[in-house]
Amino acid sequence: MSSETIKMTHNATAPDPASASALLDRIDGQSGPAYWRSLNELAGAQEVDAFVHREFPSQAGELLDPVSRRNFLRVMGASMVLGGLGSSGCARQPEEKILPYVKPPEWHLPGKPTFYASAAPVPGGYGQAVLVTCYDGRPTHLAGLDSRDLLRDDVRLLTGAIGGMDARTQASILSLYDPDRLDVVLENGSISTWGRAVTALANVMMKSDAQEGEGVRILSEGVTSRTFGWQMEKLRGLYPKLQWHQWEAESRDNVREGSMLAFGEYLDVKYNLAEARTILSLDSRFLHEGPGHIAYERDFAASRDVDAHPDWMSRLYVAETAPSLVGAAADHKVTVRYPEIETLARKLAKDLGVEGVELSEAAAGSLPAKFVEALLHDLEAGQAVVIPGDDQPPVVHALAHAINIKIGALENKLIDFVESCEVEPTNQLASLKALVDDMNAGKVDCLVILGGNPVYNTPADIDFAAALGNVRTSVMLTDSVNETSWYCNWQIPAAHYLETWSDIRGYDGLFYVAQPMIRPLYNGKSAHEVLSVMLGEEKATAYDIIQASWKMYLGDSYDTQWKKGLANGFMARELLSNANPKHQHKFDTHAADEKPAGLDILFRIDPTVGDGRLANNGWMQELPKPLTNMTWDNAVYLHPETAKNLGLDHETVVEVDYKGRKVKGAVMYQFGQPKDTITVHLGYGRERCGHIGKGRGFNAYAIQTSDAMRFGTGAELRNLGEKYKLARTEEHWNIEQSLVEQGQKAEDRHLIREATFAMWTEHPDFAQHMGHHSPEQDFTLYYPGEKKYLDGEGLSWGMTIDLNKCSGCNVCVTACQSENNIPIVGKEQVINGREMQWIRVDRYYKGDFYGDPQVVHQPIPCMQCENAPCEPVCPVGATMHNAEGLNDMVYNRCVGTRYCANNCPYKVRRFNFFHFNVREGQDAPSLKMMRNPNVTVRTRGVMEKCTYCIQRVNQARQASKRYDAEREKLGQAPVGVLDGTVRTACQDACPSGAIVFGNLNDSGSAVVKQKQNPRNYSLIGDIGTRPRTTYLAKLRNPSPILEPASAAASEHTGH
Amino acid sequence: MASTTTPIPRALETVAPLMAPGHTFESISRDITDVVLERPMPRAWFACLGIGVTLLGMLGASTAYLFWEGLGLWGINNPVGWGFAIVNLVWWIGIGHAGTLISAILLLFNQDWRTAINRSAEAMTLFAVMCAGIFPLLHVGRPWAIFFILPYPNTMALWPQFRSPLLWDVFAISTYFTVSLLFWFTGLVPDLATLRDRSKGISRYFYGIFALGWRGSAKHWFRYEAAYLLLGGMSAPLVVSVHTIVSFDFAVSVIPGWHTTIFPPYFVAGAIYSGFAMVLTILIPVRVLFNMEDFITKRHLDNMAKVMLATGLVVFYGYMTELFYAWYSGNDYERFMMANRIGGPYAWAYWCLLFCNALSPQFLWIKWVRTNTIPLFILTIIVNIGMWLERYVIVVTSLTRDFLPSSWGTYAGTIFDWMAYVGSMGLFITMMCLFIRFLPMITIFEVRIQQDQLNRNEIR
Repeated sequence: MSSETIKMTHNATAPDPASASALLDRIDGQSGPAYWRSLNELAGAQEVDAFVHREFPSQAGELLDPVSRRNFLRVMGASMVLGGLGSSGCARQPEEKILPYVKPPEWHLPGKPTFYASAAPVPGGYGQAVLVTCYDGRPTHLAGLDSRDLLRDDVRLLTGAIGGMDARTQASILSLYDPDRLDVVLENGSISTWGRAVTALANVMMKSDAQEGEGVRILSEGVTSRTFGWQMEKLRGLYPKLQWHQWEAESRDNVREGSMLAFGEYLDVKYNLAEARTILSLDSRFLHEGPGHIAYERDFAASRDVDAHPDWMSRLYVAETAPSLVGAAADHKVTVRYPEIETLARKLAKDLGVEGVELSEAAAGSLPAKFVEALLHDLEAGQAVVIPGDDQPPVVHALAHAINIKIGALENKLIDFVESCEVEPTNQLASLKALVDDMNAGKVDCLVILGGNPVYNTPADIDFAAALGNVRTSVMLTDSVNETSWYCNWQIPAAHYLETWSDIRGYDGLFYVAQPMIRPLYNGKSAHEVLSVMLGEEKATAYDIIQASWKMYLGDSYDTQWKKGLANGFMARELLSNANPKHQHKFDTHAADEKPAGLDILFRIDPTVGDGRLANNGWMQELPKPLTNMTWDNAVYLHPETAKNLGLDHETVVEVDYKGRKVKGAVMYQFGQPKDTITVHLGYGRERCGHIGKGRGFNAYAIQTSDAMRFGTGAELRNLGEKYKLARTEEHWNIEQSLVEQGQKAEDRHLIREATFAMWTEHPDFAQHMGHHSPEQDFTLYYPGEKKYLDGEGLSWGMTIDLNKCSGCNVCVTACQSENNIPIVGKEQVINGREMQWIRVDRYYKGDFYGDPQVVHQPIPCMQCENAPCEPVCPVGATMHNAEGLNDMVYNRCVGTRYCANNCPYKVRRFNFFHFNVREGQDAPSLKMMRNPNVTVRTRGVMEKCTYCIQRVNQARQASKRYDAEREKLGQAPVGVLDGTVRTACQDACPSGAIVFGNLNDSGSAVVKQKQNPRNYSLIGDIGTRPRTTYLAKLRNPSPILEPASAAASEHTGH
Repeated sequence: MASTTTPIPRALETVAPLMAPGHTFESISRDITDVVLERPMPRAWFACLGIGVTLLGMLGASTAYLFWEGLGLWGINNPVGWGFAIVNLVWWIGIGHAGTLISAILLLFNQDWRTAINRSAEAMTLFAVMCAGIFPLLHVGRPWAIFFILPYPNTMALWPQFRSPLLWDVFAISTYFTVSLLFWFTGLVPDLATLRDRSKGISRYFYGIFALGWRGSAKHWFRYEAAYLLLGGMSAPLVVSVHTIVSFDFAVSVIPGWHTTIFPPYFVAGAIYSGFAMVLTILIPVRVLFNMEDFITKRHLDNMAKVMLATGLVVFYGYMTELFYAWYSGNDYERFMMANRIGGPYAWAYWCLLFCNALSPQFLWIKWVRTNTIPLFILTIIVNIGMWLERYVIVVTSLTRDFLPSSWGTYAGTIFDWMAYVGSMGLFITMMCLFIRFLPMITIFEVRIQQDQLNRNEIR
């Protein structure tokens, strides 16, 4: 009721109480205006007022009566009581107009997701096809699509192409909703508008028109977008002297220059590992970094899938400079100094007969002879491929290419040399240096930076910030205010890839169109729009631009092809054409490398926050880093013995002094780290960053120099005598002793069962003979009748995890966090042991702890035990078994005694010690939009744990019931929930396909097949829990030359 | 009470007397009631009350903050879901065992020496159970929903989970508290009447109300004795049951170090052990401060020390049994659990506990220690610390390292854990001070009967 109405009523004489029915009659009998704005207008009379006034708040009318003392007191009293009620929870309705859908959008059902194909950018400017889950117009979850499945004609639904993810891409959805994103255009630090930015940029371009664009520079990261290239082409047409520079800290310069060295042109390398019998990684992290790593991980797992091909299994040799997950997956691994990788490559090339290879025999003498012997044997045996690491210098790449050609990897299609996906492959370091030189020389009037963060992520000897001072107009398109944008005249909010149109190419050259899933949350603009402003086409939206470019490429077929492309997830069936390059066999001279005094230092891109771009991403900060399980920080990694020789404890703060530049960081003990070598990770120590990433760790770029991007010598450490807590998601006790004991106990308890390929061939059921046997099914004190889910009918869920496929990449953790609304808890709480992730990947060391320890991984979701120890101990029955064999958690019933968590032998239960969902800034309105509406957001004081993605199970069950109902109408038999229709988030995300989930009562299901595998075993099943999640034992395939003893089948162990 | 005329056992002829000589019925009543009615409280009492109330305030403040912020204020974490709160719960419940044991079991066994100490021991029991009772409330994640644990009829037709030992705890502890309270109050009625008769002014009415119209008639005495014996009979099994059920919290679980069948007897012995230690800790200073040495004599101290020695030996036996069976089981989890207790990150707690609970009570073999207040007092403090450590070792050490080494963790109480723990002592101290101030700390009429028996040489 408006204030006017109230006044009017107030002045009116006391109206007769109008009855609702009389009013309705009146409304009925009248042909009022066809559209009416209010009941007043409709009924057109004071009666309505009277009715509403009398009828609604039944006592409120008395307020209008002449004021008496008695009435006054009565009303005041009542108001106070009501006021108390109101502030204590009876929230008012918002006084805003809300409208239901009169015509709901097609396909839109609240609470039902819609799926769209799109593509996410990965480092290097390449794209990863993703399937985006959207609820009510909000993207909430990502799943990776495998381009090869997309291309298969038999894969009809996008869900059939789900091929895994990596954690960083998985977490990119959180960056979309990041409350710290830049939400306005800033001009010299004050709020401005896009319109003014457009004018400013257009003016600059107009002025530079006379000089043909001289002095105008564009700096971008790596680009594969065809439209970007097209725009750049147009721009260069208009302004011939305009220059485009590229820089990205996660640089692939070595790969490019390696190709240049080998073939005289920039070619991309693509591996096909599924059929490889021998793989040699030369300090490569091909399973976890670089374009295509998701596909490689899948292929690598396929090459070890002995169930698919029982007669062979690939053998992975790894020579690495610091421990990595690839080394953890290796059958044979050597850890060597960085220059020795080149020596090894030369040695192999020379011995394999590659021409033109020079080898210093002195240097070759230090190589592990047996390893080389075994390696040569296997490389010559055929179906072998060598993968050089991105960190290694170009010559190693050139050597690897030569070896690959020599051993027939190219012929056997284990490797393809293909034209580069990039629009303009460039030596980015040279490009950056040229730009900075020009900036310092005052040759740059206007610099347009499209993404990236060069002030932060360039080596210390390139002072980008100072150079920026010489640029008259600097414009930066940035997702948040960062170190670079801070120095720029214009800061324009960048649209996230889920907010705007773009196109991008995958590692194999397939074109994807990135579709917007949501309107820009913060009025972000895409790089295409900025370029189009520079082109003088201010009005063009990203959609127009992409369409224009694709109309051009698709020509006549645009009308049919565009929509189909969007629906299919890829735009053009255009793969990269294979090149058949000629190797030039020019390898530089080789000199024996003298190790200078001091420590070696390795610079690595951080495995979770990348080059620093994900520093404000809480999921990535809290994701345990591979091998160390550290979160929220980077550290100075040292071998424990090296550290002790230097008098440094774990977590001691040291000053790293390298070439006169210094940073402070905490020491992290790392088993397997080469002696006298420091590893530092780039991507931390952000100064201008959102609240999550600001000031975390130390900035290793500050000591990186452009002549030693990945490796340097002569570093020194100085003990600063302080301690700094590092948050690891494991025991915070004496790290060395803890890790050793854990590794030993893991072996004693047969947690990870492992055998060699040779032993498996003789005894496929070796896993059954390790450890103690599980008690029989009915070995229970409880009334067996209550276990209805064991009767073999209906649905009964189970999971297997193939340890032979798991590489420990942790993507399952992030996928689960995204799907199940799992909050982050912050560094302090990780130190307190309160991380919330529902699935974790356990890591154990074994073997020679202080030498080259072996590493094994084991993902641990809830085991959904049939005899779940958590259930009988809950005093309120908040955790119960359901009819499908799931161990359910009833949040509303939980009072939080934590008895269940204590009694869980697998320690998979997570307790909300605080209201984690509102801490660490997670109560930001934008983050609430990200939540999966089908998963309860838990409050403080309740227990939670993995549910086997019960929301997905429920959706599938409902769908199958509807489907069966339809079939019944047609007189067909019901089919129930078909195998493969329920996929858990971790299963979707796993690139190796290690996780299989399904109905145990469906004899044809994949999971039943897995459970029948003789490698299948229960984790500590001997205590009688009967877990529903079981593991498939791991296999290693050692070379008979290196391990003659273990290659022979060893005796059975256990009892 | 014991109105028989059995000859004095020979053994008793050499021991210290139950009571100082020269007392009359009148002097007994006067000495005991004067503490409440006449004499000003000694300064030490004010000091104690001051400390108690301060600590109690600390408990209140830390509890308010805990309810506001959440359990994360405490040191508990993922592998270690239970910490100080459960340790304190078990510790206080254990302490609460002495009162009922002294009153009920010794009553049933006709142990006359209990008369001077039973009242304060029972009061201590009640207060200890109160202290224990706050911890389950504090330690749940959602204290506002704690009533879910009660079997009340509701529209959801939901019952608590009767298989959970935590639910058994609720019944066991609440039953124990109720019965102990009734038992204590019943015993108080004749003395309340004495206080009513001897007091003046407003307090006369209060004592009068609680004296329930006691006039000391033969019928009253007859009914009183019947009721008291019956309640004693009801309490006796509770002494065994409460700590047995508390021990089920651990014994019913699967965690190595918890999953142990020896727990019920070993917990009960431990409870009595710590309960007697606490009774002594309190009585030793109180008998001096309030001039009660006449009634609480060295004989009492000696006897209580002997009970401590006996139960201490049972506890020691329990430790050894655990050790032996961990080895004898051949089970890796059990063996590792023991090795971890002895040499793991919390080995200090295990060795301290062995020192406190197994080694130090051996001094009680010496009569001089049993009858000298200062060494005895120190010993009881050590035993109380030891019993707290025992629960710490059981609760925390077992949880830090169980089946999967990847999930091992560490635990340390935070400032808020300590505030709750020390604060609960504040509650205890405050309640004890108020009890001493307002109620007769020694059962007047029983001591008078005892005097009568002594006069008639029925006992010594």
